[in-house]
Amino acid sequence: MKDKEATLILPDGRRLDGRRPGEIRDIKIKVGILENADGSAYVEQGNTKIYAAVYGPREVHPRHLALPNKAIIRCRYHMAPFSVEERKSPAPSRREIELSKVIREALTPAIFVEQFPFTTIDVFVEVINADGSTRCASIIAASLALASAGIPMRDLVAACSVGKINGVLVLDVTDVEDKYGEVDMPFAMMPGKGEITLFQLDGVLTLEEAEEAIKMASKACMEIYEKEKSALKAKYIEARKAVEEVV
Amino acid sequence: MISKVRRSQIMDLLAMGSRVDGRGLEDLRTIEIRCGVVANADGSAEVRMGKTLAIAGVKTSIGTPFPDTPDMGILIVNAEFLPIASPTFEPGPPDENAIELARVIDRGLRRSEILDLQKLCIVPGKAVWEIWVDIHALNHDGNLMDASALASVAALLTARIPKATLTEDKEVNLDKSVREKLPIKGVPATVTIAKIGDKLLVDPCLDEEEVADAFLTATFINDKLCAIQKRGEKSLTVEETLKCLRIAQKKARELVAITMEGTGYGKD
Repeated sequence: MKDKEATLILPDGRRLDGRRPGEIRDIKIKVGILENADGSAYVEQGNTKIYAAVYGPREVHPRHLALPNKAIIRCRYHMAPFSVEERKSPAPSRREIELSKVIREALTPAIFVEQFPFTTIDVFVEVINADGSTRCASIIAASLALASAGIPMRDLVAACSVGKINGVLVLDVTDVEDKYGEVDMPFAMMPGKGEITLFQLDGVLTLEEAEEAIKMASKACMEIYEKEKSALKAKYIEARKAVEEVV
Repeated sequence: MISKVRRSQIMDLLAMGSRVDGRGLEDLRTIEIRCGVVANADGSAEVRMGKTLAIAGVKTSIGTPFPDTPDMGILIVNAEFLPIASPTFEPGPPDENAIELARVIDRGLRRSEILDLQKLCIVPGKAVWEIWVDIHALNHDGNLMDASALASVAALLTARIPKATLTEDKEVNLDKSVREKLPIKGVPATVTIAKIGDKLLVDPCLDEEEVADAFLTATFINDKLCAIQKRGEKSLTVEETLKCLRIAQKKARELVAITMEGTGYGKD
C-alpha cells in the first residue's frame, strides 16, 4: 500500500530523477525496426522500453470474428517475465488483459476501420523493461507501428500519464512514483483532433485537480505528438538516403 | 447486435432530448437494493437497476498478508458474467469485459478506502482478513458496471464477520457466534455515462449501450474522484470528458443517498 512518508519531491521542487513536475522523460523512438512485422516501433521513455508490432489488415482467424462492415482490431499487451523486479509469469494476468483492452480502445478511434471489412489488424505490444507509464509508452509505440504499417489513420495517438506525488501533480510517472505516489492517471489523445481516447484514474483527485491534470496531459501529448511525427519522418528520410546511395 | 430500426429510434428520440424508456438524459433508472439475500455469505446484496440485476457476495477468510503490506487486510474483487444474464455471455473464465469491470470496481473500492484495511490485520506479517467480493451478473440490461459497484458497496456495508481472537499460543480463533461489522470508512458511488453522438446520458440501458460511442465510469468518495475508466471504441472531447465528470459527481451524491437508504448504513 501507499507509504505516505515517502519523499518523492525534493526540497528544491525536483523529482527523484531530477525532473520538474511538468517535465516528461526523454523519449527515444525508432520506427520500423522489426523486419517481419507490417509496421513496428520501439519506444524508450527513461527505463520503460517497449516494442510494438502490427500485422494487417489481414484475414481473420477464427473466421466467425470477421465483421462485414469494418476491420476488427485486436491488441495484446504483454510484459516480458524479466521486465519487472520479481519475475512475472508469462501467462496473461488480469492486469494485462485489462490493459490490452484499454490500449485497443485507445487506438481504435484513430483507425479508418470501415475501409477494411472482413479483416483484422493485430497489434502486439511487448514490455521489455517496465519503469512506470508502460501503457502510455505502449500506445505511442503501437500508434507509430500502425502508421508505419501504412494503415489509414485520422491522427496519431499520443499518451502521457499524470501522477500526484507529495500533493503535487506531475507528468509521466516512474515506477517509484506510481508505487509510492497518491495518484496515477493514464491518458491518451489524438492531439491533432483534441479527442481523448484513453482516460483512467487510480487515486483521489478533486474535480478541479482532474481538470488541471487533463490540461497538463493534453500539453504533454502535444509535445510527444511532435516527437512521434519526426520519428515517423526519420524512417522515410533514412529509406530515401539508402535508395539515393544505391542510385 | 441491434436492429437498424431500433438504432434510429434511439437516435431520433435523443435528438429530441428523450430516451427509449422515457427517461431524461440525466435520470437514473429505479434502483432496488436488497441486502442479506445470501444466508451463507458474510455479506450480500442484490441490486436491480431497471431490468439489470446483479448480486454481490462477500466471503471472508484468514490469510497471510502480502510481504509489502504486512499490516493490511486483503481485498479481492472478481466478477462473473453468467450465461443466465444474457444470450451473449458464454460460460468459462471471465472475459476482458468481466475482468475490466472487476478491476474498475476494485480500484473504486480500494481508492475510496471504503474498508480500513489496517483494521483488518490480526497479527502483522502473519494473519489478516481476506475480504472476497464476488459479483454475479444475473440479468444484463445495460450498465452492469454501476449495478455491480452498488451491489459490492451494499454487501460490504451490511457484512458481518466472525470475531477473531488470539489464543494463548498466538493462534487465530474465530468466534462465529459473535458477528462484527467491517471497518467502513466511507460510502463510494460509481456512475457511468454513455456518449451517443453529441449527447451524454446517465445509466445507459442495453440498447443505448449497443449504439454508444464511448463510456466514462467515475467513482466518487466524499465528492472527490477516486477511479475513472473511459471505455468504448470511440473518443471523447476534453469538454465532453469534463462535462461527464460534473454530471457524474451530481449523480454520485444521489447514489450515495440511495445506498445509505437501501442498506440502512449510518442509521445504527
